[in-house]
Amino acid sequence: MSKVITRLLLGTAIAAATVSAAAAQDKNVKIGVLTDLSGIYADLAGPGSTLAAQMAVEDSGLKAKGWTIDVISGDHQHKPDIGANLARQWFDREKMDMITDVPNSGVALAVNNVVKEKNGVYINSGGGTSDLTNAQCTPNTIHWTYDTYNLAYGTGTALTKAGGDSWFFLTADYAFGAALERDTTNALKAAGGKVTGSVKHPLNSSDFSSFLLQAQSSGAKVIGLANAGGDTSTTIKQAAEFGISKSQKLAALLLFLTDVKSMGLDLAQGLSFTETFYWDMNDDTRAFSKRFSERSKGAAPPTMVQAGVYSGTLHYLKALEALGGNPHDGAKIVAKMKDMPTDDKLFGKGSIQPNGRKIHPAYLFEVKKPSESKTPWDYYKLVATIPADQAFTPLDKSTCSLLKK
Amino acid sequence: MSINLQALSAQLLVGLINGSFYALLSLGLAVIFGMLNIINFAHGALYMMGAFVAYFLLNLAGIGYWPALFLAPIIVGVFGMILERTMLQWIANLDHLYGLLLTFGLALIIQGVFQNYFGSSGLPYAIPDALKGGVNLGFMFLPIYRGWVVIFSLVICIATWFLIERTRLGAYLRAATENPTLVRAFGINVPLMITLTYGLGVGLAAMAGVLSAPINQVRPLMGADLIIVVFAVVVIGGMGSIMGSIITGFTLGIIEGLTKYFYPEASNTVVFVLMVLVLLVKPSGLTGRTT
Repeated sequence: MSKVITRLLLGTAIAAATVSAAAAQDKNVKIGVLTDLSGIYADLAGPGSTLAAQMAVEDSGLKAKGWTIDVISGDHQHKPDIGANLARQWFDREKMDMITDVPNSGVALAVNNVVKEKNGVYINSGGGTSDLTNAQCTPNTIHWTYDTYNLAYGTGTALTKAGGDSWFFLTADYAFGAALERDTTNALKAAGGKVTGSVKHPLNSSDFSSFLLQAQSSGAKVIGLANAGGDTSTTIKQAAEFGISKSQKLAALLLFLTDVKSMGLDLAQGLSFTETFYWDMNDDTRAFSKRFSERSKGAAPPTMVQAGVYSGTLHYLKALEALGGNPHDGAKIVAKMKDMPTDDKLFGKGSIQPNGRKIHPAYLFEVKKPSESKTPWDYYKLVATIPADQAFTPLDKSTCSLLKK
Repeated sequence: MSINLQALSAQLLVGLINGSFYALLSLGLAVIFGMLNIINFAHGALYMMGAFVAYFLLNLAGIGYWPALFLAPIIVGVFGMILERTMLQWIANLDHLYGLLLTFGLALIIQGVFQNYFGSSGLPYAIPDALKGGVNLGFMFLPIYRGWVVIFSLVICIATWFLIERTRLGAYLRAATENPTLVRAFGINVPLMITLTYGLGVGLAAMAGVLSAPINQVRPLMGADLIIVVFAVVVIGGMGSIMGSIITGFTLGIIEGLTKYFYPEASNTVVFVLMVLVLLVKPSGLTGRTT
């Protein structure tokens, strides 16, 4: 009898050991870059984000250690339902482990819910809304590169303190625009400014003259552009046409390297704005950007969003390696990512707050004059550095439910 | 809400400016539909090509805005005529649906190719020096370039209308669409006339593209964004009606401008609401002939 029991126990032990060994050896990772492959943000994220994720996989060195890591990409077409459905399909059919990028806050918030439901990992780089680490925070989400609070604080505070104390907003009519206007309003009120009015415009507009005329007649000192990508560059171009740039100051609250390229320095010169990454910051960023641009379309260096995809994916893989594999429990991996300090060549040393907010310094830049630009893509002048502990929402002001314990 | 007369007149003027683009584009569509019976969904893509050709002329050959305003329509027009000869003429006698599907496919291909090579965020094209600056009208600051757009579009629209409705060539064209066999019997080369007409319609789209390049970015998707509105304009004006599309183009621009003043969120949909209303009351469009 005792022999039978011994055998049974032995058998159970062997079975348990095999199962746990199999779990420990699961080194197959699937990463989905959910982005805009064909619309107005395709240059600032899009194929470049996929490339950034692939480079992170290569640089992690995990493939040489026998890991299988696949990167696939999908187009959300700026529609929250399409983005959420694609994410759901990826988890259900493709056994996806991590989703990254997601420019467009509306889609970003929709995907946020799906990832939580499926217990995956979500590293947002392209979406701006600060709700991702406040009311909508989840144990599965990390907001990596920038957010509307960070843009608002950087540019809003700086311009208000420099004398631009009355603002009129031109706001893109979706989640991102609303969040950016709200956060900038708070920042500039705290700095002693006031808002005289705002107008909402549809995403991807081709004509801003009506909205610009309203901004002009408001008499506000600063016109805050709470929009992004092609909308921002078209607004700036048409503002110059209506002579607005002479009497009022334009604040591009979110401006990307590719937007400056598409406007040309003639028009963009003098604009001040906040970013957390620029390719020409130091030797490390230059070296990475050189490798990146050799493989990117039009030899473009990485934008802030693409750099964030790289950095976030790299940290994710580091956490996975530390856990020894088994990438299917998203909350556990995100917890590990929050425990480990972040350190990479693009954003330097940083950390991740309990609400999922990645913390690093932010920079106030100004666009160079055409005469100051020496090489292609040499566009930005550093005006000020905002230290990491000031650049993002202070934890005591975050409304994230993960913090209430 | 209190109405600010100054702001209102400014919006009316801005609406008129946008209306000139709608008019030029819908005019080309109406010409093509009226003469070839093809619903030309590639119109937006050809408009975009016009802007790109102007950009290439400037950056590759140093040819500026003024020559481009006429060269680009010719170049894109020739491209259009090749499309007509190689593809469209084979489906001219089939149901409208085939033309629509073929040109829609063409539009996607053309846009895809441009987007693949030039990205989506667009390329800069400056306002010509002679048209820089603006005048203060009292109620608004009018950029000279925008004023030029309105005047130039009006002239082109009227010239096209005159060509088709009041000249001998136009009479041949209209006769050829009514009864091609009879017109051919008079020794007139009808297929050539059809090809040239398609080239004319396409050239009008390309000209609108060049006009728009200094205001908007030169972007692969610029046509796709505009084409649906322009179709609504053509439908409201009455498919194929030349004068109808010109008048509706300008009018809808103005209505859109007013919507941006009173309720900006609806500015993208107001045209379609109007289209629904017009179709319910008069399915052939405001000035369309009932056939």
